[in-house]
Amino acid sequence: MALEKITKVEGKAVYVPGDDIDTDRIIPARFMKCITFDGLGEFAFYDVRKNDDGSDKPHPLNDPRRAGATILLTGSNFGCGSSREHAPQALHKAGFRGIVAESYAEIFFGNSTTLGIPCFSAARPDIREIAAAVEADPDLVVELDVETPAIRCGDKAYRAELRDSARNSLLAGRWDPIAELLEGMEKVEETARRLNYV
Amino acid sequence: MPRSLFEKVWESHMVRDLSSGQTQLLIGAHLIHEVTSPQAFGMLRELGLKVRFPERTFATVDHIVPTDERAEPFSDPLADAMIKELRRNCEEFGVTYFDIASGRQGIVHVVGPEQGITQPGTTIACGDSHTSTHGAFGAIAFGIGTSQVRDVLATQTMALNKPKVRRINVDGELSPGVYAKDVILYIIRRLGVKGGTGYAYEYGGEVFDRFNMEERMTVCNMSIEGGARVGYVNPDEKTFEYLKGRPYCPKGKAWDEAVERWRQLASDPDCGYDDVVDFRAEDIMPSVTWGITPGQGVFIDETIPDPDKVDESQRDSVIEALDHMKLKPGAPIKGTPINVAFLGSCTNARLTDFQEVAGYLKGRKVARGVKAIAVPGSMAVGVICEELGIDKVFREAGFEWRGAGCSMCLAMNPDKLVGDQICASSSNRNFKGRQGSPIGRTILMSPLMVAAAAVTGEVSDAREVFGIESPNLVSA
Repeated sequence: MALEKITKVEGKAVYVPGDDIDTDRIIPARFMKCITFDGLGEFAFYDVRKNDDGSDKPHPLNDPRRAGATILLTGSNFGCGSSREHAPQALHKAGFRGIVAESYAEIFFGNSTTLGIPCFSAARPDIREIAAAVEADPDLVVELDVETPAIRCGDKAYRAELRDSARNSLLAGRWDPIAELLEGMEKVEETARRLNYV
Repeated sequence: MPRSLFEKVWESHMVRDLSSGQTQLLIGAHLIHEVTSPQAFGMLRELGLKVRFPERTFATVDHIVPTDERAEPFSDPLADAMIKELRRNCEEFGVTYFDIASGRQGIVHVVGPEQGITQPGTTIACGDSHTSTHGAFGAIAFGIGTSQVRDVLATQTMALNKPKVRRINVDGELSPGVYAKDVILYIIRRLGVKGGTGYAYEYGGEVFDRFNMEERMTVCNMSIEGGARVGYVNPDEKTFEYLKGRPYCPKGKAWDEAVERWRQLASDPDCGYDDVVDFRAEDIMPSVTWGITPGQGVFIDETIPDPDKVDESQRDSVIEALDHMKLKPGAPIKGTPINVAFLGSCTNARLTDFQEVAGYLKGRKVARGVKAIAVPGSMAVGVICEELGIDKVFREAGFEWRGAGCSMCLAMNPDKLVGDQICASSSNRNFKGRQGSPIGRTILMSPLMVAAAAVTGEVSDAREVFGIESPNLVSA
């Protein structure tokens, strides 16, 4: 199963400020009453984007100038709480291909990487500066360079961190590990025989 | 070289190194439920794969099941489609499924230990972040996403980064009226909601030695709320005693051999940890949350934080939380009126939780205007409570006694907050909208504190309400 090698993500960005944004906020539980991930995109951040009657609240993701954004800028501990993959699936289906946050919850980070979404960590002042630049010029292209890793925006470059294993797997086109896990089945059988405790 | 339990279990389950630098780790037991597994089975079908070790996966239905009218078809057609899909997947792929009709249905993290699937020294995975619960038995248990559910179904392994290990000691003696829930809320408050990111938490010390298995589960359950994906307690005689005779545990000679093996698992006395944190039991008081993360908590006699008086880095979060909670900065948390009392969830819906509360609730009445529901974590817990007459105590007090499921912890079934109702809840998350209404409000606390709030109609000190003598309690 050949996957695309993800060396960079570039596009418009949108800033959703806040720390500890949990996966219930990213995709409220009631939208998980489904047996496929199809159609989750329209429910991303639903309760902070929509009023009870379905009309829009003021929210960066409702701003027409941000339409088509592929990079999400946010705060620290992004994606905390529930392990629901529905959260990164909803973001992916809403068009996001990369995230820049101060830090991530671990399960969310892994789930996103498995979908080929690079989760960059950057310093809070840098994220705010990029957000301000994007605010001033919504069409400004932000580039996440997976190789370095670095974030480029206008004529500026910012340091970013990306866990080695995620960086390696994105660059190698092995961000979904299933193929490689299957390659190891002989050793799996051996280990399973040794640990026959169930 | 001396090793921690975590290292022993990790090393024995390592299959090989992957090209990314991650480890391919064998998962001994896999638990699934209706919400995060259907897409994984869909992926298996797309890839033409089978469940490689179907005898190592166990399913139950918990998130979407109604707790009142449980006959099928469910009134919610989406929920009904989900239970049918789970049943179909388990049949097609040969997975054991604890359906409602089996009498063994319940919240997956209550059912695993109850059935004896959760055993010391095993690795466990489940598409649910509260899988850390199983660590109470000295298992290493990971909450995972749906693609990883697929990975485990197809290969019985997954790709993981090895976490660091932080030992958390709680020594001394908890005063009466202070519970395991207070201990974990305190740990999260002190170490932060992201303090455990990248760590497995090993809980130990005198308090954990004394805790029964269900108290240990309460603490391990909420490890993830402190950012730690894995939390565990070293197994001891209490662990073995709890497991003995459970359906999936070894029997006879095999049991003796298993216990012998399990005795070798505990962290070696002089093993190293990446970090060690020490807390004193005497510093921990009954706790409640005031905000929208489990780390935003106070002791019952403390006041709600004032954004003007907190650290600048916290200010925006405090303002956002108070705005959602509609609470007054600087006011006492005690006395905050509540609308709903929820006693349930994978954190606190086991036999001893209901037993403890019933001991105090007898003869008391839920306050007028408060909706109080008690939701056993499993059908088996419900049955035992009914045999012991515990359900009667709850019913007579004015609680609704329900069928087993996740219920109002995340409100994927009909149990939901309405509008901006405030709920005194024994669950694990107070996130915005968590209990089913986008503007609903959640205050996390121990089961007895939920009962106290139910009886008085406001956030209360259970020690005062139920006359629990405590050396630390200054009566007003």
